[in-house]
Amino acid sequence: MNRSMSWFNVTSLTLGFAFLYLPMMILIFYSFNASKLVTVWAGFSTKWYGELLHNKQFLDAAWVTLRVGVMSSTAATILGTMAAYVMVRGGRFFGRTLFSGMIYAPLVMPEVITGLSLLLLFIAIGLDRGIFTIVLAHTTFSMCYVSVVVSSRLMTFDRSLEEAALDLGCSPFDAFKSVTLPIITPAVISGWLLAFTLSLDDLVIASFASGPSSTTLPIKIFSAVRLGVSPEINALSTIMIGIVATGVITTSLISKNAIRRQRQEELEGTKL
Amino acid sequence: MNLRRLALILVPYLWLMGFFLVPFLIVVKIALSDTAIAIPPYWPVLDLSAGWTGIKEFFSELDLENFIFLTEDSLYWKSYLSSLQIATISTFLTLLVGYPIAYAMAQAPDEWRPTLMMLVILPFWTSFLIRVYSWVGIIANEGLLNQFLLWTGLISEPLQIMNTPTAVYIGIVYTYLPFMILPIYATLEKMDGSLIEAAVDLGCSRGKAFWLVTLPLSRPGMIAGCFLVFIPALGEFVIPSLLGGSQTLMIGKVLWEEFFSNRDWPVAAAVAVVLLLLLVIPIVLFQRNQQKQEEAGR
Repeated sequence: MNRSMSWFNVTSLTLGFAFLYLPMMILIFYSFNASKLVTVWAGFSTKWYGELLHNKQFLDAAWVTLRVGVMSSTAATILGTMAAYVMVRGGRFFGRTLFSGMIYAPLVMPEVITGLSLLLLFIAIGLDRGIFTIVLAHTTFSMCYVSVVVSSRLMTFDRSLEEAALDLGCSPFDAFKSVTLPIITPAVISGWLLAFTLSLDDLVIASFASGPSSTTLPIKIFSAVRLGVSPEINALSTIMIGIVATGVITTSLISKNAIRRQRQEELEGTKL
Repeated sequence: MNLRRLALILVPYLWLMGFFLVPFLIVVKIALSDTAIAIPPYWPVLDLSAGWTGIKEFFSELDLENFIFLTEDSLYWKSYLSSLQIATISTFLTLLVGYPIAYAMAQAPDEWRPTLMMLVILPFWTSFLIRVYSWVGIIANEGLLNQFLLWTGLISEPLQIMNTPTAVYIGIVYTYLPFMILPIYATLEKMDGSLIEAAVDLGCSRGKAFWLVTLPLSRPGMIAGCFLVFIPALGEFVIPSLLGGSQTLMIGKVLWEEFFSNRDWPVAAAVAVVLLLLLVIPIVLFQRNQQKQEEAGR
């Protein structure tokens, strides 16, 4: 196929990526604006970052968000990996269809419904809302994402490796620990990262599940931006975009290197 | 070993039962209850201490009153219709914007592709809320777009984009674009390029070859992308509440306000149940499409 890029393709890529990135670029640009008025440029300044560091409400919310994120994504990774293993390797058991339905349904469930239903549950069982209930809520929806990521890896890898370990006298648990787990580790890690991002990002479910003492960063941001654009939120957004961009670019570089190394090893292997 | 297997199955199973299925049944139950000025603000409340008669009484108090209320008050069915309309139009717009990008990505040199992929995925990892918010400064009445257009002299007074359905379309297209690009790109990338060459050799123009060969072959990707945008867009809350203003009715926002502002839990629950019923059809169709594709791939 002709791989040279026509002007049409170059234009659509340029316009497409401009559309995807320009709004965020503008946001970052105006976070360095000295003026309180967001759309009037009044010179370069980092004062909004300074004010952010002294805003205790934002710092508290960020701390809550971080704790919720770490706890819920860790729990979600454990539960999601278990669920994926059950789905792919568990064989037949009673209620398997219901089980797979419950894994896929939360992925398409509108957040308002998930949030509402969890809140009604917490009230019905008399659980006080706070950080703990947000962790429960986030664990539940992100474990489904983890299990989708992990089960796609489980499905593609060569099962005879596990069988060999079992034939050589491993117990199923040992075989899982020393054969399966190392192979699916990259998927488990990306599942954790996905769960963590989903938790950091979530506004709707957290709003339903949180109590007065447990405001997360998205809840804080949402109530601030409802009143319009603010330079402090621009600064906060810039920091968050920066962290995500660094993370994504680093992991993609690492995985690129890993693939290259693997290919090299394979190449050397064929030479031998 | 069997005990271990049982534990392995039971732990995630019971978790999902407890935190997904049971809460949903509670929603259905509250949707069938009546609003009450009490804590909790609905009636009846299941009283297990009264034994069998308590349970029987509980069930006899449940009715469809809230659902009848939804059909009588025009706010609700108007919101459902307007959500469907907004989700449909913005899905179509996302397809129009996303297809050329996916097509160009599939045509790009091999060494560019990982970078292009990363550039499409990167916004997906960035906070949804921030991405929606980034448009506020652009499309507001005194925002950058209006400033620019006034400066060029194309318009003499600011365009009202903020707080209109147009703003919601922009928000949905912008935030869900990666969901449209990726499945289309996946089908286009797998496509055998010699098919186009064959069509051209047999006398097709490039444009006609695209229309007769490429477009039909990328249909599964387009369908998957459309569902991936339509389904979440239908129940969207953040975009209509930040960009849509009070004039734009969307059911996710109505549910939120019913619950948090009006504190009418039974009506909010009934709104949720109907929204889910609306979603069942596209979800089942999406599942079928995916299955068909999987079978074709084998």
